[in-house]
Amino acid sequence: MKITEYLKENRIYLDGATGTMLQAAGLAVGELPEKWNLSHPHVLRSIHKAYYDAGSNVVSANTFGANSLKFSESELEEIVREAIGHVNYARDASKAEQEKWVALDIGPTGRMLKPLGDLAFEDAVEIFAKTVRLGVKYGADLIFIQTMNDSLETKAALLAAKENSALPVFVGNAFGADGKLMTGADAIAMVAMLEGMGADAIGVNCSLGPASLGGVIDKYLEYSSLPIILKANAGLPRVEDGRTVYDLSAEDFATDSAALVERGVRIVGGCCGTTPEYIEALVRASEKTPVLSIEKKNHTLVSSYTHAVCFNKPVLIGERINPTGKPRFKEALRSGDINYILREGISEGEHGAHILDVNVGLPEIDESELLAKTVYELQAVTDLPLQIDTSNVAAMERALRSYNGKAMINSVNGKPESMSSVFPLVKKYGGVVVALTLDEGGIPALAEDRLAIAKKILAEAAKYGIDKKDIIFDPLAMAVSADENAARETLRAVEVIGSELGCHTSLGVSNVSFGLPERDIINSSFFTLALGKGLSAAIMNPYSEKMMSAYRAYLALSGEDKGFADYIAYATARTESTDNKSASKSSDTTLKGAIIKGLAADAAEKTRDMLKSKAPLDIVNSEIIPALDEVGIGFEKKTVYLPGLLMSAEAAGAAFEVIKGAMPGDRSADRARIVLATVKGDIHDIGKNIVKLILENYGFSVSDLGRDVAPEIIVSEAKRLGAKIVGLSALMTTTVPAMEETIRQLRREIPECKIIVGGAVLTAEYAEKIGADKYAADAMDAVRYAENLENLQ
Amino acid sequence: MNGFVYIKALSAPSINRKEVLRYAGALSETEEISTLLDECIAEAEGKFSYNVCYKELSVCECDGALDLGFCKVSSHALSKNLSGCKKIILFAATVGVEIDRLIARASAISPAKAAIFQALGSERVEALCDAFNDEIRKEAATRGYSTHPRVSAGYGDIPLEMQRDIFRALECTKKIGISLGESLLMSPSKSVTAIIGLQEIV
Repeated sequence: MKITEYLKENRIYLDGATGTMLQAAGLAVGELPEKWNLSHPHVLRSIHKAYYDAGSNVVSANTFGANSLKFSESELEEIVREAIGHVNYARDASKAEQEKWVALDIGPTGRMLKPLGDLAFEDAVEIFAKTVRLGVKYGADLIFIQTMNDSLETKAALLAAKENSALPVFVGNAFGADGKLMTGADAIAMVAMLEGMGADAIGVNCSLGPASLGGVIDKYLEYSSLPIILKANAGLPRVEDGRTVYDLSAEDFATDSAALVERGVRIVGGCCGTTPEYIEALVRASEKTPVLSIEKKNHTLVSSYTHAVCFNKPVLIGERINPTGKPRFKEALRSGDINYILREGISEGEHGAHILDVNVGLPEIDESELLAKTVYELQAVTDLPLQIDTSNVAAMERALRSYNGKAMINSVNGKPESMSSVFPLVKKYGGVVVALTLDEGGIPALAEDRLAIAKKILAEAAKYGIDKKDIIFDPLAMAVSADENAARETLRAVEVIGSELGCHTSLGVSNVSFGLPERDIINSSFFTLALGKGLSAAIMNPYSEKMMSAYRAYLALSGEDKGFADYIAYATARTESTDNKSASKSSDTTLKGAIIKGLAADAAEKTRDMLKSKAPLDIVNSEIIPALDEVGIGFEKKTVYLPGLLMSAEAAGAAFEVIKGAMPGDRSADRARIVLATVKGDIHDIGKNIVKLILENYGFSVSDLGRDVAPEIIVSEAKRLGAKIVGLSALMTTTVPAMEETIRQLRREIPECKIIVGGAVLTAEYAEKIGADKYAADAMDAVRYAENLENLQ
Repeated sequence: MNGFVYIKALSAPSINRKEVLRYAGALSETEEISTLLDECIAEAEGKFSYNVCYKELSVCECDGALDLGFCKVSSHALSKNLSGCKKIILFAATVGVEIDRLIARASAISPAKAAIFQALGSERVEALCDAFNDEIRKEAATRGYSTHPRVSAGYGDIPLEMQRDIFRALECTKKIGISLGESLLMSPSKSVTAIIGLQEIV
């Protein structure tokens, strides 16, 4: 019988620890347990058989760490073949009568994925894929991904399993005592992502004893419609008479696990410290417990790498990451100024957005490349879930693939070609998709006709196996200035889609006021009306006080803000920020003084004031540059320290940003172009970022290629941008060879380009040895070098 | 006891502001820097974890190399540090990934803050090592051992490549979530591995 069939009516018992048993059999410190598949076949066979004899339905092969990072290709194949062979042998040898299956066990790679670590997502997928393909080849019945403590690595493993096999996939994550994975995801976030991607069973393994995992298990049971797994440790390890023991006996472990089986756990076994004795006790303690049927849950969830956003209360989707009508944003996209986009995203979150819409489509750029990069970079600096907003299906797939969590997708519509290209992606990668109620006939005027399109979309989605909880309808806010009935019909559509289909709705609220003055007034009232009709989400501007006020007031009035806590916090913060504004205006320092002190908000405010009476260039020359010089010289004389230098640089940057708005043309157009990068293999970039900031302050035009950049890319970008100087940073002795290689390639391809190097492990001598023109001890050193170079030319 | 990796969660050591500023390259504290530091400390509140995994191993010198029980290494600096020691404590410590996220986020909006977070993270993980070292010193004393100053791979002529052996021996990834990159960088970045020599008191 297929395990997924059996699971519909029955409980499944897993095995216990293999590692614990191998250690008891003499596995040495630091020895790779997977090698025992080859060196100690009898030990493995007898362990596996003991578990089947104890009542396990599923026994995992000893392949937890069997991956291509640890073993050569031929060795890996031999290991997986033998490991599965041992379980098969045990299954045949055991006389126990329960149904029996063999699992390919997949554990973490042991490497951290980018951006926290250095393993690329697609490399992780390929590592897992190699093991999965071998598991299929040698006859595993299912794939058991377990002990994963990072959401993105879990996604890579599940994706590899789905892409390379048709086998059922179970996924167990390792939660800490705080109810989170090591990299921060909570239980609901994991449910959202794993269910969205089509795992067959999900749950919890390792870390703690069963009782301590109860809280996490309850979340799984509440939010998931899948069978839930519990595979706890035998409590916590401690030492007794010089021996390691776990603090739960077999009986206690069984009692605690059985309590969670009663609450609905369907797949249960043991992890570290458990033995066949524990499994036998577990079976005894729980076999008579009735098997609860699994109820389908209807929560609409999107998630990031830390948390899920549930659409049980109106959700705000920030609209600011979008070039439409924003010249400064377009400029940032064209020049690759990713930090501008990141700042926008962080700021939207600080203003109260729950989800960020991400749209980087411009005709002249490679949207697929830029969207993936933007999503990746945003996920390094904000934990808000993202809404992937593009009409380019290739770009959509690329962004969804490596997105860490369950994304929102914007959008699909009722046209057949839209549904046939977007729905497969929703099915494969998971996601909540925004469905526009339009089709080849355009946007119907009447709410009933938009409802009809919504029904058509639901029916088509069902064919792909996409549930209606994962579709949010956007019945389209149209400009009321073009049609007086537009707002009314949209509001009716929100209402009927909610009442007749039981589906969530979202609107791009701001469209309604197109062509009218003081748009925020119209937008915020329309927003309130739509919320009253049951609107679940809005794509909106979180910087708009009127919109945020409408939202907070609506929640307070509709009884969704318990004790008015959110409203009061919002109102208090508003009053305080008004007070602060008037306070900072009265500060009596000059702009120069504000920059020297490093007061960014003050510097921006003073620049705005000065612009009323002074030319932009005058302000730069009489205030900003003298301030920077004073601080720069102070830093060189060691009277100003690094944090002070940086604070002043930021304050100057804030002043420049204001000036930029007032001054046409690019200040840095006539200064040398400098390309900066942290070399391949190195992922720490704070030093490089400091150098970038200070160089920009001094008017240099800086292109930052980021961290962990391959030599070929540094060379090609430096060529493309016409760089006069390339600055390279390396933190580790192990990455200096990559720096040396980059210099070699730069010399060959652009001999006229000057090369500055810096970083913790470098010295002037070392820099010379690897062929650099200049070793910069700090940021000011780099500035002076660049200035001298310019003067010479 | 050989072979078993212990995990220990320590309580937060108190923050030494001077030390944070020293890591940030500031030898004195201006009012503005002090405000920024307060802001960073408040933002990082509750974002650190203090985890250590460790094991005790026997050490012996044979054929001119040190056998540390998990790897053999020839290093003048390490031989000198461990001279007279029959046992060592091998440990890895981390304050978790959240500080890396704070640094990344600050890098996009405020490099000054990023520098302070960077320094705060360094101070935190060193303080964690000090606190753990202190516990080991006290515990070892009850068994009649004194402790030598802790020493890490990459110090002097101790090969950085030893990190791979340390990671295998301590199962750092599984035990406390530190992983080792190809260029031997650790993630989370605010992590430390080290050896403490134990010498019998005669």
